[in-house]
Amino acid sequence: MKKYLFLLLISFTSTVSQAQDDLLDELNKIQKPVISYASATFKSSRIVSGHSIETVAPKHLDFRISHRFGALNSGYQELFGLDQSQIRLGFEFGLTNRLTVGVGRNSYQKTYDYYAKYKLLQQSSGAKVMPITVALLAAAYTNTLPSQANARFFNNLERQTYCGQVLIARKFGERVSLQLTPSILHRNKVETENDANTLYSLGMGGRFKLTRRTSFNVEYYYTPTSAGGVSLRDPQFKNALSIGFDIETGGHVFQLHFTNSKGMTEKYLIGQTEGLWQNGDIFYGFNISRVFSFDKSAKKIHK
Amino acid sequence: MKFRFVIPLITIQFVAFQAKSQLFITQLGETSFFSETPLENISALNKQVAAIINTSTSEVAVRIQNVAFHFPNKLMEEHFNENYMETEKFPNSTFKGKIQEVIDYQKEGTYDITAKGILEMHGIKQERTLKGKLTVAPNQLTLVCNFDVKLADHKIDIPTLVIAKIAESLTVKNRFALTPKK
Repeated sequence: MKKYLFLLLISFTSTVSQAQDDLLDELNKIQKPVISYASATFKSSRIVSGHSIETVAPKHLDFRISHRFGALNSGYQELFGLDQSQIRLGFEFGLTNRLTVGVGRNSYQKTYDYYAKYKLLQQSSGAKVMPITVALLAAAYTNTLPSQANARFFNNLERQTYCGQVLIARKFGERVSLQLTPSILHRNKVETENDANTLYSLGMGGRFKLTRRTSFNVEYYYTPTSAGGVSLRDPQFKNALSIGFDIETGGHVFQLHFTNSKGMTEKYLIGQTEGLWQNGDIFYGFNISRVFSFDKSAKKIHK
Repeated sequence: MKFRFVIPLITIQFVAFQAKSQLFITQLGETSFFSETPLENISALNKQVAAIINTSTSEVAVRIQNVAFHFPNKLMEEHFNENYMETEKFPNSTFKGKIQEVIDYQKEGTYDITAKGILEMHGIKQERTLKGKLTVAPNQLTLVCNFDVKLADHKIDIPTLVIAKIAESLTVKNRFALTPKK
């Protein structure tokens, strides 16, 4: 009889102690993974001057002030470029969580720019796996400088430039994000006879996160200067290389950078960058981005 | 003589097995948290929380996937994932504990309960005793539990710049409707 009771006891305790450790493991096994979208591939909608795959959240407004000073090699009289400055003021609005539209005005050549950015694919892991984020950009620029003797616009259509880009990016872990930006730029009026109306360019950029709120950004646009014996871009124009540092504080993102490109939009980045890093034609600049929410439901509290 | 024990032994195993499988589970539990300061209100809701109760041992476990917390303010959601909870490093928050009171799971009614166990968030485990209410109904258990979490207890840093916008202690509310596990 004693043996019998002993066996009874053993069989009960073995099954009960199994239950104790298993509960959390049971959940670990059963719980369906949710879709985890890669967020903040870049901290802002620009890598430095060129676009990143980031769009603005729906019903949010991004107010951007971009500042580009003169070249560092301007000498001390010009305070190494600080005396000269170009500015871009821009507003970008998220219509949906995929579509962002924006307008801006550059003091450089008094150019207005306007664009639409559509997020086609979003990088995700978990329940749904997508390795890259892909966005499409369609932009147009209008040069509103008055017609001059040496730079004459014969009609208003000559003031227009158009750009189409496919932005492909991937966030590699916490620290590194990389982006490729094949682009087409079409300008109705070109600067010299060596410039073709249509330019093809490959933008490359990346972000390397230093701390939770700071990162180091690099951007380069490579444009072949000739194809099949035809000159595409005048040799006076160079490829744009920009190096920047991002700081994020609450609703603001500050981007401080050095670049050889005086202009801040694709028109200049791709087609009209005159500076050379080797010559010291380096422009210091900064961007400030501030996001405002117009989402009434954002005030809702889950109490 | 040995043979006499085999059949009763097998029967016992089956009986013991029955006692083990009193599991109530949900994957649609709701957890929300809320922080109120004069400058800013922060609120988030997660509707995909998994919870499990073993009625024979009164043990409870909860598992929350941090990326499923949704904020009405998207910028806040991004900062939560990138800067505060660091969800890529710490994808889940869990609670594993035991209900201290003796509950008759066959008797309908609402009982005040205390669950004692370990709350793990942002990689840090804290011993917690959480008070809640358990409602027993035919084929359903409803668990409601509210508690406060001090962010510093789980090493969630608040930068000095936004210290006036985020309360040091957040209110977490949970509501789980559990059904028997098949």
